[in-house]
Amino acid sequence: MNFYAIRAIYLFEMARTWRTLLQSIVSPVISTSLYFVVFGAAIGSRISEINGVSYGAFIVPGLIMLSLLTQSISNASFGIYFPKFVGTIYELLSAPVSYLEIVVAYVGAAATKSTLLGLIILATASLFVPLHIEHPVWMVAFLLLTAITFSLFGFIIGIWAGNFEQLQLVPLLVVTPLTFLGGAFYSIDMLPPLWQKVSLFNPVVYLVSGFRWSFFGISDVNIGISLGMTLVFLAICLVTIWWIFRTGWRIKA
Amino acid sequence: MPQPSPYIAKASSTRLSFRVLICCKRVLANHKKLLAMQPAISVSNLSKTYASGFTALKSIDLEIKHGEIFALLGPNGAGKTTLISIICGIVNPSSGTVLAEGHDIVKDYRAARSRIGLVPQELTTDAFETVWATVSFSRGLFGKPANPAHVEKVLKDLSLWDKKDNKIITLSGGMKRRVMIAKALSHEPQILFLDEPTAGVDVELRRDMWEVVRRLRETGVTIILTTHYIEEAEQMADRVGVISHGEIILVEEKAELMRKLGRKQLTLQLQNPLETLPPELASQGLELAEGGHELVYTYDTQGERTGITGLLKDLNDAGIRFRDLQTKQSSLEEIFVNLVRKQR
Repeated sequence: MNFYAIRAIYLFEMARTWRTLLQSIVSPVISTSLYFVVFGAAIGSRISEINGVSYGAFIVPGLIMLSLLTQSISNASFGIYFPKFVGTIYELLSAPVSYLEIVVAYVGAAATKSTLLGLIILATASLFVPLHIEHPVWMVAFLLLTAITFSLFGFIIGIWAGNFEQLQLVPLLVVTPLTFLGGAFYSIDMLPPLWQKVSLFNPVVYLVSGFRWSFFGISDVNIGISLGMTLVFLAICLVTIWWIFRTGWRIKA
Repeated sequence: MPQPSPYIAKASSTRLSFRVLICCKRVLANHKKLLAMQPAISVSNLSKTYASGFTALKSIDLEIKHGEIFALLGPNGAGKTTLISIICGIVNPSSGTVLAEGHDIVKDYRAARSRIGLVPQELTTDAFETVWATVSFSRGLFGKPANPAHVEKVLKDLSLWDKKDNKIITLSGGMKRRVMIAKALSHEPQILFLDEPTAGVDVELRRDMWEVVRRLRETGVTIILTTHYIEEAEQMADRVGVISHGEIILVEEKAELMRKLGRKQLTLQLQNPLETLPPELASQGLELAEGGHELVYTYDTQGERTGITGLLKDLNDAGIRFRDLQTKQSSLEEIFVNLVRKQR
């Protein structure tokens, strides 16, 4: 194992976070705060409690998930896309590093960044609404698991993307709609029965539901199924990455 | 039973240890010889066909010796960069094997790659990093523990020390090129690839760079370079390889190449211009030039006789007088152009 390489890449990526602090951390915090103001305070006060949880508190796990997903994807995809774009990837390819080490370093850094972000948003949220976390260990576990899984997903997008447009395409056209329709702002019980069924095909439903359960002990779907689905998605990402590196797809001529 | 004399026993054990010592010395000497014999890079039967169907390399065989400066010459698109990219792990070979210091570049990629440093042709750098950070990053990436003293030495050798805290984006093109060399040297490689290191680089920097290359060679680093400035290869290289259309068409000691393929020309400036060559001189490989003001005699340096003495005598006999004379040896560039032209 080339630990020096993992450390070098990880620190390099984290240095990028600190360098672009405003963009990496401050702007998601601001936009999340705006959600709280609009949905939590302004509109939320007119919405009745959901399963005994005030609407302002109810959307906290969903909002954290929303940021966690989009940030994990954008951090990891940009991290690997940029060296490809400017050409510095030559060094990575000519270095004595295994694919596992490359993935651990890049995905590790992206997941660290988005986890930090998730915690910062949680802290921000607690300024707006009184929060009580029922299962803190599970909360952290879901946070980490989601950050890692979607950083892997972002890594795949970064390797796949041939230009900046494609880099934005998947987060914009797939992830954001899935997150909004994934029960971040509502319980899927509120939907008509048909749409409840359709929602079950949305992987984000399971993430949000599981994460919300760790806060309030209430969930749309069974917590075991939530965890299982997250792990399935993680496995799919891992297999895809394994295949990418085995074939050198989009990286090596 | 008679006891063996303790003296004899001692003598024989001394003899034995002496033998062991000699044996050890031999093994060591052999080992050294083996190391010296083992090529730094050994390419065999290497082919590359890109997904587009373009065949960049056709069954290349090439050995690069320890500690030499090897110049790989060839026209644009000949396959130089593809060859280097395969050896360094950036491009997958279609078939064939490459050993770097005896390590297979695919099966034993860690050992092979950690010994190689690459300065690619394109100036690609992390614009927002500082010089110090990017060079230290490269060292880590290649699996070496941090060593500020070494990084400092590399930066000083390349006159980058006073720029160490500057962001790369603020540096000039020449300085960026130095940064890329510094990155390639950060992990103390035994083999260094320089792909067109002097493209777009001013004279002074070019001179500095060759100075660094010479110093590296003195420390035993094997250097493989490609360049379009053939006079540089002529100055620097120990051996020259010429690649054209994906095939190595020649590998030769530079001095030998110059001797073998180099032709010399003797130019005689005549006192009185000639309209035609006198018939008695026509058969000697002479040509009239400059409107009859010059006689040019081309001869082979390898030949036993150059024929100069005879020619001068014949000229004297024919009453042709000359004001001045000069000889010129063909440069590596001319040799190269002729070789590549022949290939087409």
